[in-house]
Amino acid sequence: MKKIINSPGDVVPEMIDGLVRAYPQYVERIPETEAVVRSNKSSMDGKVGIVSGGGSGHEPAHPGFVGKGMLSAAVAGQVFTSPTPDQIYEAIKAVNTGKGVFLVIKNYSGDVMNFDMASDMAELDDIPVKSIIVDDDIAVENSLYTQGRRGVAGTVLMHKLVGAAADQGASLEEIEKLANKALPHIGTIAVALSAATVPEVGKPGFELADDEIEYGVGIHSEPGYRREKIKTSHELAGELVSKIDSELKLDATHRYAILVNGMGATPLMEQYVFSHDLLDELATRKIKPAFMKVGNYMTSIDMAGISLTIFDLIDEKWLDYLNYPVETIAW
Amino acid sequence: MITAEIVDKWMKLFYSKISEQKAYLSELDTPIGDGDHGNNMMRGMQGVEDSLDKLSDPDLKTILKTVAMALISKVGGAAGPLYGTAFLEMAKNCEKTQAPAELFKLALEGIKKRGGATTGDKTMVDVWAPVVTSLETDSLSVEKIKEAADGTKDLVAKKGRASYLGERSVGHLDPGAVSSQYLFECFIEAGGIR
Repeated sequence: MKKIINSPGDVVPEMIDGLVRAYPQYVERIPETEAVVRSNKSSMDGKVGIVSGGGSGHEPAHPGFVGKGMLSAAVAGQVFTSPTPDQIYEAIKAVNTGKGVFLVIKNYSGDVMNFDMASDMAELDDIPVKSIIVDDDIAVENSLYTQGRRGVAGTVLMHKLVGAAADQGASLEEIEKLANKALPHIGTIAVALSAATVPEVGKPGFELADDEIEYGVGIHSEPGYRREKIKTSHELAGELVSKIDSELKLDATHRYAILVNGMGATPLMEQYVFSHDLLDELATRKIKPAFMKVGNYMTSIDMAGISLTIFDLIDEKWLDYLNYPVETIAW
Repeated sequence: MITAEIVDKWMKLFYSKISEQKAYLSELDTPIGDGDHGNNMMRGMQGVEDSLDKLSDPDLKTILKTVAMALISKVGGAAGPLYGTAFLEMAKNCEKTQAPAELFKLALEGIKKRGGATTGDKTMVDVWAPVVTSLETDSLSVEKIKEAADGTKDLVAKKGRASYLGERSVGHLDPGAVSSQYLFECFIEAGGIR
């Protein structure tokens, strides 16, 4: 394992230190926690607070999306490990200005349990809390026998949506309704070229041969649905779009937002090549995206690969929410 | 009868056991999870040790609650809320009963409610459930605990991260079941069922 670190056990606190010291204009650390909150406190006045978070290793998610117009606070757990309820509870308290707090949770057993316990703690303080459990990874098919679909890169679009709505003064109930309405229209699928190495583990989460790829891998190296020989970018675009098409039923009369997300070790050069092929692939289906982002948004440490998220903008307002200005490190 | 002295001894033994087996637990977690169960449990038990050091002559409820809060705030992931909930349920009920069978049964119900797992899902429940049954018939032994943990090897995971492997999870021990095995072995060693 070659990493620019001091000690594997100190990665998370040192990363948070670096982040808040580099970007004091956007974020500060909530004392005694690994959570960050907006520096611009007045931007939260009279607004519903939005809190997200999860295991570390997905940077810039989630602290990179904290700022006016997006998240109010983000809680970082150990690498690939959910944060603890006491820290989430501190974040809830830090962003509550009397309008309640909305939690954006990715669908993993640990995250769901810890955020659940934090909500219980907040309720004892009479802070109204509601939440959405994001499960946009369409690679998981046998949901009946698992925790269900995983929350992956589409979560960032959910952050953007509810963050914009909150900034425009939406109530906690309205935000919950918005999140529930949007969720089934967000689908994500990934392809991995190599696995991530968790610093405290020291070796990759799985092995792929030099000429092998795996479709449907999760952001913590969870297994995907198929392994095969490496394909061209053009062929990958075809596979990923058709997989999402079978789920979202792409329709040339609809408007779509697209997120091409690097998993950590895939250069932007390759992400742009893929984007070119993706746009060609969508064009053959007469689809021209109304909104598009390309870059590293929800990574998996040093995994090589990309994910494709397609969001069917069935509500007029959703595009406005995506275009709404934010003051964050990474959107 | 579970007493404050037994819990104190039990946690010291469990701390040593986790220290010894940290690497092994993470190794078990690698093929079917993300390879950090040992590290997470070690961080939790370090937290338990530190918190218990600060107590002087605690009663049973205080010591159980302290263990619960340390686990909840230090472990993270899925193991933190599950072990934490188990000890919290014992703390909540230990004034009504100190019988291991009854307290562990309430703890097991808390674990099932929190995590949604039932027997056969290849989780820690597959150790906790037979332990409770054996305690009810006064027949708990180290052999029975190990047998229960070993039994998870042949199961298909239906909860947590291992569940995404489906049939491929067969042939691997569940790391949470093994850490639970250690927990109950240490309970016996601490004199919990004498």
